[in-house]
Amino acid sequence: MSVKTELEFTINGRPVNIEVPVDMTVLNLLRDMLDLKGTKYACGEGECGACTIEVDGMTINSCLMMAVDLQGREVMTIEGLSKGNALHPMQKSFVDHGAVQCGFCMPGMIIQANYLVKKNPDLTREEMKRGLEGNVCRCTGYTKVLDAVAAVVGLRG
Amino acid sequence: MSEIERYIAPTELAEAVEVLGHGGVTIVAGGTDLTPQINEGRRSYDATLMNIQRVRELKNISLENGEIRIGCLVTVSQIRYSDIIAEHAAILCETANCFASDQIRNAATIGGNVCNASPAGDMIIPLLVLGVSVELASWKDGAMQIRREPLNKFFTGPGKTIRHENELLIAVVFDQPSDNFVGQFRKSGPRPALEISTVTVGIGGDVRDGKFENVRVAFGAVGPTPMRGTVTEAALEGKTLNEDTIQAAVLAAGQDASPIDDIRATTWYRNHLIGVFTEELLNNVCQN
Repeated sequence: MSVKTELEFTINGRPVNIEVPVDMTVLNLLRDMLDLKGTKYACGEGECGACTIEVDGMTINSCLMMAVDLQGREVMTIEGLSKGNALHPMQKSFVDHGAVQCGFCMPGMIIQANYLVKKNPDLTREEMKRGLEGNVCRCTGYTKVLDAVAAVVGLRG
Repeated sequence: MSEIERYIAPTELAEAVEVLGHGGVTIVAGGTDLTPQINEGRRSYDATLMNIQRVRELKNISLENGEIRIGCLVTVSQIRYSDIIAEHAAILCETANCFASDQIRNAATIGGNVCNASPAGDMIIPLLVLGVSVELASWKDGAMQIRREPLNKFFTGPGKTIRHENELLIAVVFDQPSDNFVGQFRKSGPRPALEISTVTVGIGGDVRDGKFENVRVAFGAVGPTPMRGTVTEAALEGKTLNEDTIQAAVLAAGQDASPIDDIRATTWYRNHLIGVFTEELLNNVCQN
């Protein structure tokens, strides 16, 4: 076993104090130690975006980030986006536009889409495409995904 | 897999450099290259794992006394949106815009991209065009020593550099380009990002009275390291850009590059792209 270190950070607004192996990724910490399984493991090498989360307001691939780097930082995962049973407007828009099929890429896709809109409320469709290029979806063909994001920024689909 | 015996996350630069001096240290910053290399077994951890992300002074971009300094922990996103870089070295913003995805740009650091020393490392090409030097810090006689080395002398092979194991690359530094500086970058690939480059070309220099001066040319993914194109530079230096001089530069570029056949492209195709991109970038310089 690798050595461990103690970390303090917040996750979805809740403070966490936990001892982690120093060679663990953030994704494994979320799924295996904090039981937050909304964030998905797919490629494990930063190509697909299924594991996207926000750290200090910036999206990253949690499969590439070392858990030790969370010390003192604020994390938001897909579980932190909805309020109880009330879906976040981005989640609702994905549902309304039929943008979800198998759903495996969706936690990452929705976190990234929400980040793009927060950063630029006047996002164009072209900017959406560029912004979502790190999120791979094998079902939807992306058109309905873009329609869903466009509806949130008030563009016509 | 080797075992990590010690974890350290210094907040002071001097401490980080001192720890490195003891040897046997794996440095982690953004993790975007290290994690996949570990997972694939291409690399194993040393006895000490040092996370340098808490050394705040390494996260800044500054312009002082005509010198631009980019700390090693500056992310590709920071470069993409930096006002200083946009004003004085826009070629870096342009390249950052074609680098991986948002999620990777938000984590990947400039120091990591340089030290990983991939022949296809995208950010290295504009840095070569800007003529940057790297600052390497080490611990000697109870104090931190810093040496500066030009980036074009830094790479020795794929993944290999002149950085000693006890040295930390703390910044890239370069003279503020003149107001006449024009820099252009071109990367191959069917989409703008998340693409390991097949060929990258960067060209920069001062356009004065219709002549192209202080020319620097850099090629990526066409040899064992990212490289300066010295034959192409000589073909262009002091010349007025026109159809003849551009064609001479295209021929010279073919002499500079020594691409290989691999999974991403054939030697023939890479040679073809080098010529096409060199011509395209020089035409862009003319239009500026």
